[in-house]
Amino acid sequence: MTLTLEHYRSVAPRGTLDLLERLSEPLKGKRVLHVNSTRSGGGVAEILHRLVPLMQELGLEARWETIEGNPFFYETTKKFHNGLQGNEQVISPKMLEGFLEVNRWNREKIDLSADVLFIHDPQPIALVEGRTPESRWIWRCHIDASRPQRQVWSFLRQFVLRYDAGIVSLPKFAQRLPIPQFVVFPSIDPLSDKNRDLSHDEVIKILERLKIPMDRPILLQVSRFDRFKDPVGVIEAYKLIRRRNRCILVLAGGEATDDPEGAKVLEEVRSAAGGDPDIYILLLPPTAHLEINALQRAATLVFQKSIKEGFGLTVAEAMWKKKPVIGGFTGGITAQVIYGTTGYTVNSIEGAALRASFLLNNQDVMKKMGEDAHEYVRHRFLITRHIRDYLAISQHLLPR
Amino acid sequence: MNSSEHPFRFVDCVELAEVSGRKAWDEQELLDQIEECPLESIYFHAYSYFLRHKYLIGPYPNDFATWAAIEVRDRVLGERLGILDPYDFDDLESFRGEIIKIIDDHLSKLREVPRVSFGEPFYFIRSNIIEVPTGLEASSLADLAQMLSRVDVGVIYYHFFEARRRGRKQSDFAIWLETLNRHETAHRIAALHPYMQSLEGLRSQIVEICREANV
Repeated sequence: MTLTLEHYRSVAPRGTLDLLERLSEPLKGKRVLHVNSTRSGGGVAEILHRLVPLMQELGLEARWETIEGNPFFYETTKKFHNGLQGNEQVISPKMLEGFLEVNRWNREKIDLSADVLFIHDPQPIALVEGRTPESRWIWRCHIDASRPQRQVWSFLRQFVLRYDAGIVSLPKFAQRLPIPQFVVFPSIDPLSDKNRDLSHDEVIKILERLKIPMDRPILLQVSRFDRFKDPVGVIEAYKLIRRRNRCILVLAGGEATDDPEGAKVLEEVRSAAGGDPDIYILLLPPTAHLEINALQRAATLVFQKSIKEGFGLTVAEAMWKKKPVIGGFTGGITAQVIYGTTGYTVNSIEGAALRASFLLNNQDVMKKMGEDAHEYVRHRFLITRHIRDYLAISQHLLPR
Repeated sequence: MNSSEHPFRFVDCVELAEVSGRKAWDEQELLDQIEECPLESIYFHAYSYFLRHKYLIGPYPNDFATWAAIEVRDRVLGERLGILDPYDFDDLESFRGEIIKIIDDHLSKLREVPRVSFGEPFYFIRSNIIEVPTGLEASSLADLAQMLSRVDVGVIYYHFFEARRRGRKQSDFAIWLETLNRHETAHRIAALHPYMQSLEGLRSQIVEICREANV
């Protein structure tokens, strides 16, 4: 089914669609181009698949292009990604030249004629060398670049300076730059398989297939098996909770395929679980959107006990399903969880156990928190708000 | 009079949050930056807080108080800043002056400057408000109530909070109702405490007042 703006009327806050229509009026017929590096996989592609058609429906001439590169290019951009996140990388002059060469080639290949261009992440950043003065170029950085490796940032900065504006997901991800930088939170699509409404029967069927019992409260964390997500800390918290509460723990993450670090962490998680039959470790493929959806809906409460996090949109996903979230006091989790209102942010294993135990024994509080969490996401983290922000930035930057 | 020759024109608004590059790790730095930052930042952290918390507000009704209480874990300063009502001040500059006075007084009683140990620094953001005319007009109290119940809640913000920045002494709703000779309704709306509730809560109260007056 092709989703249209009208489908969002019942899930977005009152009046949102009218606002989007009004906001897009001065932009009607304007050519808006999004460029990133892939059409599948990852949060950026996921959101562009829905965002671009909706922009078109609003009367903008919106397009989405992806750049093409060779394995050497992607090896380099992977290093950029890691370097921006503060991990030390060795990048040779040959790699930098290869990166520029791919960008030059794509500049020839892609039709860059547009009024507003949103260039996503570092891969296509050097396309800006082909800009014309009358177009508006915006670099949308989805990465936590708060403490970048100096070599990587110095190289990328020369291109960023040629943009009219930057967009970051949190204020702390911004760098000192002479161009305006706007803060735009990422968003979830409430109508995607990962977030759409599921019937009780659908949830039961999926949980039966995953062999997850529903006879006791389910505590859930959805995240890859990565030390920064602290899955072992969640197990330790669960052990404290279970002393006085009947419940099970589900840790759902991606399959550890070729990531040696992930496989090692998974082994640590299994060892920490120690064969406890009430701890369920699920390895799900990246396409398991309905499974994640069903698990979040079946959960009693959800953990995102990260000790380092980018934005952590799994928090908004769980909140959308009316679940209070107990999250680590880090990154975008603090922007999503209002302490004591939509969940709790915690700084320790004991804190996670304390708050979860409190909620398990106070069903009314938990229910109210879940409802407030849902409404909070409706107003702040849906794709309709994301479109609104992009329209507002386009309007702000284009000459009147 | 039940209808006006001058209809009420609903305007919505959207805020763009712009990073200012300023940040504070302790309360002295917060004070220094508040003294120097552009007024658009004071506006963002104290006034338009409500535009970002349309449905729910946190335990402290502005970003300065929230940061002091939650990130620095200094509840005393959080409470002193939290009770501040920007509506008590004629303009943003006087409001800034009061914040400075409170932080300065608080710090003068302490031996050490409280700073962030486990939390995040305070990031100063600048507000850019974009007006969006809705094309909707109300010419009677009944129209006003009916339209207010269905518009984007940014409309409530624009006509209630943003009206003050445009130099108005009260909300656009109250001023317009006066032109309809609906003095009591205007007074009831003017007496609402917008600073202690979410925009959705404020919307419900205004609609309720209009409906009661229209019975």
